[in-house]
Amino acid sequence: MQSLLPSLPTIIALVKIGALIGGLMTAAAYLVLVERWMAAWVQDRKGPNRVGIPLTKIRLFGLGQPLADGLKIILKEDFTPKHVDKVLYAAAPLVILAASLAIFAAIPFGSSLPPIPALGLESEEPLLVAPGLDVGVLWVFALSSIAVYGVLLGGWASNNKYGFLGGLRSSAQLVAYEIPLGLGLLGVVLAAGSLKLDAIMDAQASSGIWYAFAQPLGFVVFMIASFAEAARLPFDLPEAEQELVGGYHTEYSGIKLLLFLVSEFLHMVTAAFLIVIMFLGGWHLWGLTGSGPVETWLVAVIRFGVLSAKILGVILFFMLVRWSWPRFRFDQLMNLAWKVMLPLGLANLVTVATVEEFRPQMVTAFGEGTAAAVAIAAPWAVFVLGWIAAGMLTPTGTDNSPIRTHGPLDAEHSLGSRPHDLVEA
Amino acid sequence: MNPGDPAITWIEDKPLGLAERLYLPLFVNGLTTTARHLVSPKVTVSYPDQRPKVGNPLIYRGVHRLNRDEDGRVKCVACFLCATACPARCIDIVAAESPWPDRDKYPESFQIDELRCIFCGMCEEACPVDAVELTSLLDLTGKSREEMIFDKEKLLSVYDMTKDAEPMKSTAMGCTP
Repeated sequence: MQSLLPSLPTIIALVKIGALIGGLMTAAAYLVLVERWMAAWVQDRKGPNRVGIPLTKIRLFGLGQPLADGLKIILKEDFTPKHVDKVLYAAAPLVILAASLAIFAAIPFGSSLPPIPALGLESEEPLLVAPGLDVGVLWVFALSSIAVYGVLLGGWASNNKYGFLGGLRSSAQLVAYEIPLGLGLLGVVLAAGSLKLDAIMDAQASSGIWYAFAQPLGFVVFMIASFAEAARLPFDLPEAEQELVGGYHTEYSGIKLLLFLVSEFLHMVTAAFLIVIMFLGGWHLWGLTGSGPVETWLVAVIRFGVLSAKILGVILFFMLVRWSWPRFRFDQLMNLAWKVMLPLGLANLVTVATVEEFRPQMVTAFGEGTAAAVAIAAPWAVFVLGWIAAGMLTPTGTDNSPIRTHGPLDAEHSLGSRPHDLVEA
Repeated sequence: MNPGDPAITWIEDKPLGLAERLYLPLFVNGLTTTARHLVSPKVTVSYPDQRPKVGNPLIYRGVHRLNRDEDGRVKCVACFLCATACPARCIDIVAAESPWPDRDKYPESFQIDELRCIFCGMCEEACPVDAVELTSLLDLTGKSREEMIFDKEKLLSVYDMTKDAEPMKSTAMGCTP
């Protein structure tokens, strides 16, 4: 009988999965509302503020809107056009949603809980679905690459030119930006010496220096690349509404479209989690959270709150950016990835690797303080120099204006000569 | 067009300076603009709860009304100028012999189809006795098409409803009543 009951770790894992998926889905629904509010406020509108508790007149600032939106889109007709590849068409939203949810298995959503002896938990319980996973970062990046397949499948299976273009753009864009993303990440992994995201947070908490300050170039590169990975403006070319009628999900409707939209939001949430965990110190805040093990519930709650607040802040920044800058053109996007982000990412990586390699020698030769100062100053110097070099060296634009020559042609043709005169000449 | 034509003045973009090449002014401009609008006062009117402000009710073109003279009679003399001027052909007048000595005709029936009306104000312009006017009532609704055809009584009642808030334009503009 005993063996039939699930063991304690299994129960704990299931509870965490339930909390995570429930929390994420609710968060995604309410982030849609927040995004609509931000969009409205930036445009001097009020945004959704009517829907409150159903069947009452209570409005609650529009907090009932996600429920109404969700019900509406679920009850809409789930129309499958005749010309699609049926299997892939149905699989694409599932692939993308499964991948973007599974990513969170390796992402810590807090520090950890203190020991609970009453439940038989003798040690700290990390707030992470898969705490033993030593390759957390790899898991996250592998699965976020799989999520691209959802986009590609959706675009391909739709058998629609807009969808296909969206899928193509998405594949090119994501392949290009995986590299700066990985380079930004490698610097952090080198400095922290671990692929576990909770260990990366611990490293920042114990030193008190967030990697955004220690590796500014890596931070900027990673930030920009994660905007592109999440397909957010100014890099939302895969689904540019004005050009592609929605891109890869043009042919989708009803609940399949909902799955696509939710996973898009989850991508943004994932990006925010990664930015906060790897560069902004995770749950750490100076003088508030401490840096050691979690002994009391108060510390656990404070750390969870700090992490959530930071993530919300980054998400709000994502949403503000959406209305701040126009979309890049595709060639500009590619130029930025390959000619700017890739060299900058490499420069950051080389700097961090060099500093980490020679740190022990520096500590023995000049002492701890000097070594730490160099470890901060070198990446900042590279940041400033690299940024200026990138700004000065990259072409600022393509000149599409007609060629203006003052040659013999002008002498023959008086004012108002027509274009075909030129061609004949 | 010959691009080499000396008559054409070409305006060149200024070459980008260092700051612009570093993308920083754009970054700051974009963020400050959106952040400023994020907190700035909103222009939306929460319509059913809050009425939109009509700038000048005297020149607003909303629902029509038929004015009355001092004796409470309809001012209209059934001259058909408004029906002729109407580009949407939404005015239907049936004229009859006037029961009053000061005019020849009066409208036995005067109907405006508010659904056909485009609220251009031509009827108001055309009227020689300032009988038909457009008010500032802007929420015009009904449950059927028939209900939206306003007859003489209804148009007169619109006058009774709005005459205090919106005096007859002719008098307000200094014309004789």
